[in-house]
Amino acid sequence: MIHKEVANAKEALQGVASGMTFMLGGFGLCGIPENAISELVRLGVKDLTCISNNAGVDDFGLGLLLQGRQVRKMVSSYVGENDEFERQMLSGELEVELTPQGTLAEKCRAAQAGIPAFYTPAGFGTEVAEGKETREFNGKMYVMEQAFRADFSFVKAWKGDTAGNLIFKGTARNFNPVMCGAAAITVAEVEELLPAGSLDPNQIHIPGIFVQRIFEGTGYEKRIEQRTVRKRPGSNG
Amino acid sequence: MLDKNGIAQRIAKEVKDGYYVNLGIGIPTLVANFVRDDIQVEFQSENGVLGMGPFPFEGEEDADLINAGKQTITTLPGASFFDSALSFSMIRGQHVDLTILGAMEVADNGDIANWKIPGKMVKGMGGAMDLVASAENIIVAMMHTNKAGQSKLLKQCTLPLTGVGCVRKVVTNLAVLEVTDDGFLLLERAPGVSVDEIRKATLGRLVVPDTVPEMQL
Repeated sequence: MIHKEVANAKEALQGVASGMTFMLGGFGLCGIPENAISELVRLGVKDLTCISNNAGVDDFGLGLLLQGRQVRKMVSSYVGENDEFERQMLSGELEVELTPQGTLAEKCRAAQAGIPAFYTPAGFGTEVAEGKETREFNGKMYVMEQAFRADFSFVKAWKGDTAGNLIFKGTARNFNPVMCGAAAITVAEVEELLPAGSLDPNQIHIPGIFVQRIFEGTGYEKRIEQRTVRKRPGSNG
Repeated sequence: MLDKNGIAQRIAKEVKDGYYVNLGIGIPTLVANFVRDDIQVEFQSENGVLGMGPFPFEGEEDADLINAGKQTITTLPGASFFDSALSFSMIRGQHVDLTILGAMEVADNGDIANWKIPGKMVKGMGGAMDLVASAENIIVAMMHTNKAGQSKLLKQCTLPLTGVGCVRKVVTNLAVLEVTDDGFLLLERAPGVSVDEIRKATLGRLVVPDTVPEMQL
């Protein structure tokens, strides 16, 4: 379908229901789909499985869904910045599937590319490989990992056009491109939505074919998790 | 005995001109501060940047520009951004020359554990499992003993593994050690540290040559 533009997050999330599996882009709080997350909180859908590298912080990002007990299972590589997450996980309320970061990315990419499974050396000989097929190639051992299957992907880009083409900025790119087209429906929110033809085709990171719905987001907070700075040369104190 | 900066300073000597280097969170991040000015190195951060520069000046922080530790950063001339799948293509595809990461435990066969303490702390492995399973050249930066004074250089890891037989070199506050078929080969002592102190702090097999020079920082 080439008609993708929708008015807002509410329209973009039509069809979202409890019990579904979602992919959510972002690394820490960088490049997360803030508008989609707010709408998921508003909708109050529950028993969700969320595939996302991290789980946000207590009061922002995916942490908002955790606070409302909307998430049944998280698939992530690192969850260290969220106390509520750790509490729910250690108490058994929340199921967590910790996945090596490169494997997580490739399970998305495989889904996007129509590849059902692949072999990776990551996790061989560790509890991550338990119950999984292993195989030797050229004298080295590998673990078979399967592509994700998800109902919706929620991604965030810097600029997009009405044809669904996306351009990301800086390290806010991270997992967003690999989640495009990796679920049944991909919803892209962008800081700036332009008419088709406004973006240089040479500069497009993700072609619109991987995106089903696109809208211009509002009120981006873009919180910084670890503000680290250095002193200007010659400045006092 | 070295502090964390001292460990980073010693490891910086392992960074060679022209290297692509991935630095883990913690002590490894400090290594960038000690790399010689007269060599060219590109730092990769697995969240999707090659050519990472120093922290920004105050007021110039960009929420869209962070490293894998979620810290605000800058880029240097020649830098590039990419998605997570391509980032791990660099790592798994062995295009990164040197990987430096922290650990909770290292065994004398090169096994490493650094992602989980069952029942207590589960932060996750992040990119560490991909890094240790793929990199040819891995240096571990860590304190020789934990806060309770127990050795972190063991015969066998007690914590859930991050990777098997992958660590090549360990730099601690006490020593530089190479992982060999016979165990940890003691290469260098930290300033003012005796071989005996290192022996006492090491539970894994330790091979001590006739002379063990003191580290030059």
